[in-house]
Amino acid sequence: MSSQADSDVDPQVVRGLALKANDLRRELVTMFGMAGGGHYGGSLSAAEIIAVLYFDVLRLRPQEPDWPARDRFILSKGHAAPALYAALCDRGFFPRQVLNHFEEPGNPLTMHPNMRKVPGVDASTGSMGHGLPIGVGMCLGARLDGLDFRTYVLMGDGETQEGSVWEAVMCAAHYRLDNLVAIVDRNCLSCDGVIADLQRQEGFAARWEAFGWTVREVDGHSVGDLARALRSAPYQPGRPSVLIAHTVKGKGISFMENAPGYHRANISPEQTQRALAEVAAQRKALR
Amino acid sequence: MTESIAYHLTKDDQYRGREIEKAMTREAWSTTLVELAESRPEIVVLSADLMKATLASRFSDRFPDRSFNVGVAEQDLVGVAAGLALTGKIPVVATFAVFLLMRACEQVRTDVCYPKLNVKLIGTAGGFSFGLGGVTHATTEDLSIARTLPNMTVLAPADYAETCQAMRAAIDHPGPVYLRVGRSAEPVIYHSGCPFQIGRANVLRPGEDVSLLACGSMVFEALQAADILAGQGLTARVVDMHTLKPLDTSAVLSAAAESRAILTIEEHTVIGGLGSAVAETLAEAGVSVRFKRLGMADAFATEGNADYLRQVYGLHGEGIAREALALLEAT
Repeated sequence: MSSQADSDVDPQVVRGLALKANDLRRELVTMFGMAGGGHYGGSLSAAEIIAVLYFDVLRLRPQEPDWPARDRFILSKGHAAPALYAALCDRGFFPRQVLNHFEEPGNPLTMHPNMRKVPGVDASTGSMGHGLPIGVGMCLGARLDGLDFRTYVLMGDGETQEGSVWEAVMCAAHYRLDNLVAIVDRNCLSCDGVIADLQRQEGFAARWEAFGWTVREVDGHSVGDLARALRSAPYQPGRPSVLIAHTVKGKGISFMENAPGYHRANISPEQTQRALAEVAAQRKALR
Repeated sequence: MTESIAYHLTKDDQYRGREIEKAMTREAWSTTLVELAESRPEIVVLSADLMKATLASRFSDRFPDRSFNVGVAEQDLVGVAAGLALTGKIPVVATFAVFLLMRACEQVRTDVCYPKLNVKLIGTAGGFSFGLGGVTHATTEDLSIARTLPNMTVLAPADYAETCQAMRAAIDHPGPVYLRVGRSAEPVIYHSGCPFQIGRANVLRPGEDVSLLACGSMVFEALQAADILAGQGLTARVVDMHTLKPLDTSAVLSAAAESRAILTIEEHTVIGGLGSAVAETLAEAGVSVRFKRLGMADAFATEGNADYLRQVYGLHGEGIAREALALLEAT
């Protein structure tokens, strides 16, 4: 596996990715609006990460969702599903019609993603701390088959309080899985509020390093920095990589940013309109 | 009249002082898996620091590159197996039943059963078989836990030969399978290559007075009980209910129609396992028959080895025969 040297990402690509992240924000705010509410905070914080993965990094064949050599993506923080659905839809995994019925009874696009119902979803997730062990298994499978695909696992920082995450962190290092890339959406808030007030996570990056991973930290809302960091994984041959993406929970919607009440929230149609207007203004600024 | 199948254990073995042949079911699954894996490269094995104790080492010694010991980490164990299944492998996961289905219960449910992945779970030390290990290491709740999980097939074979067959059937069956095995050597009942079909119970002895529906190690004890009852002029049907899910409901209903009473016997709590499954079948079919569940009461077992515990809780030939007589005599 060759490690691409860090190189500057083309400004046009950066602009395109920023527009895609903006698209995802608009789509997910719209979906949540139709559903009457949703996990705004952690979906908005992950918009750039998911945009860079689906429009720059992942090797995929939307017409062949089960292509064995595809890169895998596990949305371990399954509650950010609408951002993933919007990206999959944009890449052509399923028609737009499906997106318009998010969380309607009988529609496959549920609050947390079901791999058996949604083309392009590589693992059914929603319960915290399950994605990384599954990702380790995928990487071991790739190695057995001599396939060079990578597995990317996106976790929340609150999620890393689960012991099962650290079981998998240990295991990935033991097996020297340099085909595994973990991404932590480090927005510093969880369901009940400020993570540091619930259970402190001192030396967050150092913890991963101590377990034998290579660590990079990045502004999780800079698509250029994200693309550069994700393109250059693995950061060291023979070691798994983790990208700690520093983000703002609720990013892009002024009244949700860093506001603990928006992990999951129901908002009024007026608030939805206000949120969409903010997203539209951000798009204008990108032009 | 239901036909019974031929089996290896003879009356001579039981009554003429001859040593009853014994073999370990925890050896049967891994020995069989090694045979299967020679021509099926997609089979891989995982354990959580119990490769040796589960005898998964039979496999890992032969196929080190296809064996993964994740250390003492059961949640990771099951999640990693799910990931391997998602790349087309058939992961076979072995650890003590109590850790597999309780420590990693949510991973089994959400990561394996929900997407119906092709993962085989081998729970060793089921029932009292690791009696001296105590409550922390033996389990009498695994079958009911496994039975409640959607998409799960639940197998509790009776002896060495049947465990070999169950392992083969599990590999050929697409989707999650829980296979319960013991720890110590158990009496050999079946010929090698015995009939085994998931969801189809084996009738070992015909009988019309009472039907003894048993699973796992209790099948042998049920055969012993049938002999004791025969000495009193009573015929006991012995049915090996090796599959708890899907349950062979027709075997249950014919037993109810063709005998006067039904006893279920399991080395397991009477809540949620074989006895419950049979009771549900009888009740929903509107069948009225004398019925009793034998097994572990709603309690944790006391201290002792498997033989001792089976004596204490009446899960042996004499105990079963005594309960059968009481059931038949009840007014």
